[in-house]
Amino acid sequence: MQNIDWLTLAFYVGLCIFGWVNIAGASHTYDQESFIDFSTYAGKQLIWLGSAFLLGTIILLLDYKIYDTSAYFLYGLMILALIATRFLSPPGGIKGSYSWIAIGSSFRLQPAEFAKLTTALAVAKFMGQYEYRVRSWRDLWRPLLIIGIPAAIIMVWENETGSALVFAAFLLVFYRQGMSGYVLLCGVAAILLFILAVKYSATPVPIGTGSLGVVICMALLTIIGVFFLLQENRHTTEKIIVISTISVIYAACLILNAWVPVNFGWIGIGVVSALSIYLIVANLYKRNSSLVVVGIFLLISTVYVNVCDIAFSSVLRDHQRKRIELLLGMIDEPNGVGYNVNQARIAIGSGGFLGKGYLQGTQTQMKFVPEQATDFIFTTVGEEWGFVGTAGVLIAYLLFILRLIWLAEKQRDNFSRIYGYSVASIFLFHLIINVGMVLGVLPVIGIPLPFFSYGGSSLWGFTLLLFIMLRLDAAGAERLR
Amino acid sequence: MTNDNYYKRQYVISGIAVGVVVVYLLLLFHLQVIDQSIGSKAEGNAIIKQTVYPARGMIYDRNDSLLVYNQPIYEILMTMREMPKNFDTLAFCRTINIEKKDFDDRMEALKDTRKNPGWSTYTQQVFMSQLQKEDIARLQENLHQFRGVEIRNRTIRSYNCHEAAHILGSVGEVNWDDINADNYYVPGDYSGRDGIERTYEKALRGKKGIKKMLRDSKGRIKGHYNDGADDIPAEAGEDLKLTIDINLQHVAEQLLHGKLGSIVAIEPATGEILTLASNPTWDPQLLVGKERSKNYLKLLHDNTKPLLNRATQAAYPPGSTFKTVQALVCLGDHIITANTQYSCSGTASTPIKCTHSHGSPVSLLNGIEQSCNPYFWNAFHDYIQKGTNNGKNRAKIHERYHQWRESVMQFGLGARFEDSDVYPQARGNVPSEDFYDRMYGKTGWIAATIRSLSIGQGEILVTPLQLANQAATIANEGYYITPHLNRNDSMKSRIHRTNIGAHDFELVKTGMARVMTNGTGKRYSVNDVEVCGKTGTAQNSRGRDHSIFIGFAPKDNPKIAIAVIVENAGYGSTWAVPIATLMIEYYLKGEIEHTDLYQRMTTSSTIQLNATKQ
Repeated sequence: MQNIDWLTLAFYVGLCIFGWVNIAGASHTYDQESFIDFSTYAGKQLIWLGSAFLLGTIILLLDYKIYDTSAYFLYGLMILALIATRFLSPPGGIKGSYSWIAIGSSFRLQPAEFAKLTTALAVAKFMGQYEYRVRSWRDLWRPLLIIGIPAAIIMVWENETGSALVFAAFLLVFYRQGMSGYVLLCGVAAILLFILAVKYSATPVPIGTGSLGVVICMALLTIIGVFFLLQENRHTTEKIIVISTISVIYAACLILNAWVPVNFGWIGIGVVSALSIYLIVANLYKRNSSLVVVGIFLLISTVYVNVCDIAFSSVLRDHQRKRIELLLGMIDEPNGVGYNVNQARIAIGSGGFLGKGYLQGTQTQMKFVPEQATDFIFTTVGEEWGFVGTAGVLIAYLLFILRLIWLAEKQRDNFSRIYGYSVASIFLFHLIINVGMVLGVLPVIGIPLPFFSYGGSSLWGFTLLLFIMLRLDAAGAERLR
Repeated sequence: MTNDNYYKRQYVISGIAVGVVVVYLLLLFHLQVIDQSIGSKAEGNAIIKQTVYPARGMIYDRNDSLLVYNQPIYEILMTMREMPKNFDTLAFCRTINIEKKDFDDRMEALKDTRKNPGWSTYTQQVFMSQLQKEDIARLQENLHQFRGVEIRNRTIRSYNCHEAAHILGSVGEVNWDDINADNYYVPGDYSGRDGIERTYEKALRGKKGIKKMLRDSKGRIKGHYNDGADDIPAEAGEDLKLTIDINLQHVAEQLLHGKLGSIVAIEPATGEILTLASNPTWDPQLLVGKERSKNYLKLLHDNTKPLLNRATQAAYPPGSTFKTVQALVCLGDHIITANTQYSCSGTASTPIKCTHSHGSPVSLLNGIEQSCNPYFWNAFHDYIQKGTNNGKNRAKIHERYHQWRESVMQFGLGARFEDSDVYPQARGNVPSEDFYDRMYGKTGWIAATIRSLSIGQGEILVTPLQLANQAATIANEGYYITPHLNRNDSMKSRIHRTNIGAHDFELVKTGMARVMTNGTGKRYSVNDVEVCGKTGTAQNSRGRDHSIFIGFAPKDNPKIAIAVIVENAGYGSTWAVPIATLMIEYYLKGEIEHTDLYQRMTTSSTIQLNATKQ
């Protein structure tokens, strides 16, 4: 026990306590008489906290080996549980989600919160095999399957998009284990192109015709292509020919536009397509594969940009599309779909530097922010504790996550390290998405802020996730001695 | 672990964590510390500020009898945004006893931004106002059924007297000009519309308070914010004590009964207006509450113009009452002395004939007593043409006339009392040289051209208030204090002096006393009181002459100066004199001794009135 990383434990306890204080604040009603009442969120969360501490203690007392040995078993069991949940959830689900099992009248369990844990164990077990290396895409499809199956079940079968998206956090783990960094960059590029394409899809271009979104995306892709081309040291003449051709085409179109309206969207698509085909064909036999990759990227991106808008309007569900439209500033409905985010901003913003004081937040106490004790708990911190509180929480979280990364990196065996990275990545993902949502910079995705948001399942899930890591770390330190 | 080439990637992952947190910190810093606009949004969100209306100041007369006080009324307010979709309109209509159609009409009117520019679904809108306790009693009991509906308690004016409507003025809803001019007001507020309510609006209205209430996201009021520590209590308006003697005002209005005209009485020593009566008038209670607009329109369209305050807004030629000023101006410039005599050929006099029969030549005192037109024409002629080479020097005539006009205006004639609280006032007119230049050409006029001025006819116009003030100036032997309505010491310093010596005033006073004993006013008197006065009969283009009287009493140490005008009633001596003597009698003795005369005056009528007041 003396090998426990006490600092991580201290962060955990500290965050849990401050989290509970804020749940009590958020659920406190103006005319409430007794402060601790087991029918309120605060009272219930106290029971959850007590049981979570107990659970953590048990984990620390158990043998560390069982996680490695039973990883696949637990993973399989969880898949079955996830499937079964739909049948056990209340008819019609809870707010359309079939991820809850109701036990009695006031007790509800969300198995999806524990799926992260079993998936992390399975990923660690699989990728931690001695002979396993990420050398090519062929080595990644099985880990992708491991995270994809529970994610798909949760998203499609249980209709709980938020919890499913968390599984994307494992991409960071894969990256650490050798997956190409370009995958992450492509992810960023995909998001950026999506935003530009969707937000400006209906905006006309100032000159000529076409969609501004497409024009900007194509211009961006052209610049990326030219940038990589210029990185090459050879083919100086070819470079000059390519760049001047592009310039001439655009200049000609601008002049032509004086007589005939030119669709710059299509011109852009044509230019990027031609550029990418040139990059692929010209370099395919010259052993210059990186430019071929760039060419393929440009080609796929061109298709992607044109598909985005269609996908956005036909694939996404209504409320999801509205949330994204709201986020991108395409619609403004402070009393409609934007109510949550607007009220969240007002509550946080009104906190000022030092906050209004505990239980003094008018927005919080008057229940202006929906879901405040759960997904929007950060608004209570913002209103009642001010910038000092929000900055404090964020920095504490950052230190906590950095400490977890450091812990993971310290591990001598692959299983522990990969598992540690999974834990750190999941916490990081939750922090980014939850706070981003509350601040209105990310779409509203209902995932909790670990240790802060009210909810027994998530608290238990996070506690188990963290304490198994603490146990593995302690065991590693023990063996080292 | 041994072949782990990717351990450096921990820094990339850590970097992502640090980067995102730093971006979030910056966003939070902007949202919470730099951008202050968000916080005020929260204020309007969870904290609603309710206006607490102060009680308007009460108004008393000079003897502390209460004239105007407040009476509670109720308003029904609605916040559309908070009203549920299934708002039970029919039940609501039943509760406040209106028809569904009435409800719809009122809603339409509220939504019409031309009629109601303050329309908003977020703020409280006045659905109905001016309701009595009985009207809202049932709603008050069932208010919880109607979300978004509130009752606001306000006060309106109530009156202890039926007189002095013109002086008191009324209180009504502010218009957009008021709101734009003074940001104290919001639509639906009340302010003094005219009279004293308007002049002393700022003192009377007090200061609105603010009650900060907490409201939850459903719009329900949850109690006082911060236990009421931030509330600002309303400050009641200041009480106002008027110079008016309400009993004298009552007598005045009774005396004017059945007549078009006005009475103004001033205490000469202080400039305090004792009475300011104008007839036709109305009961001030008529312009209060629900009936206000209906009654106002009725008054507005009455062809006897009751809304016109004849005492301050109507200007008349002063007629023979002006001879007192004429005499004083000429005495002051040594044109005449007590011994100056002019001849009078009676009706054969030129250019102005005399309307009274008396001996010739006449002295000043006889001139005043008998109201001899030729005397004052000659004096005026001598004044204007002095040093003008018998009128040939036109520039000198201008100069003389200018001097004359200045002297006349020192009596407060032909100009508004700018430092007075009487509102509104007409200016009157003592024509300027320019006026006559435009009329006759720059060299086209001499004294004879403007001879009507000598006897208070022609282009000169004065208000009854100015006439009463003129009487007060003579009573004070050379000065007046701006006539005012607020019995407040600060007004007493507004003193205005003429350039004429007290000795000259004594002379005119003696003449005015003789008017009442031997002259045109001799038929009426006040027992044991030496009254000074001057009658006038002002010709006017529309109908019969106006009957005018100015005077004061007692001759020594005067307590009251008075001006009476009865429109289209003929000679000053027949109507204005008895009214004035009865007023003086009542004021000085506290009762009417000539009860028969009083009876006769209050029941007789010079016109058929369509006035509102019966």
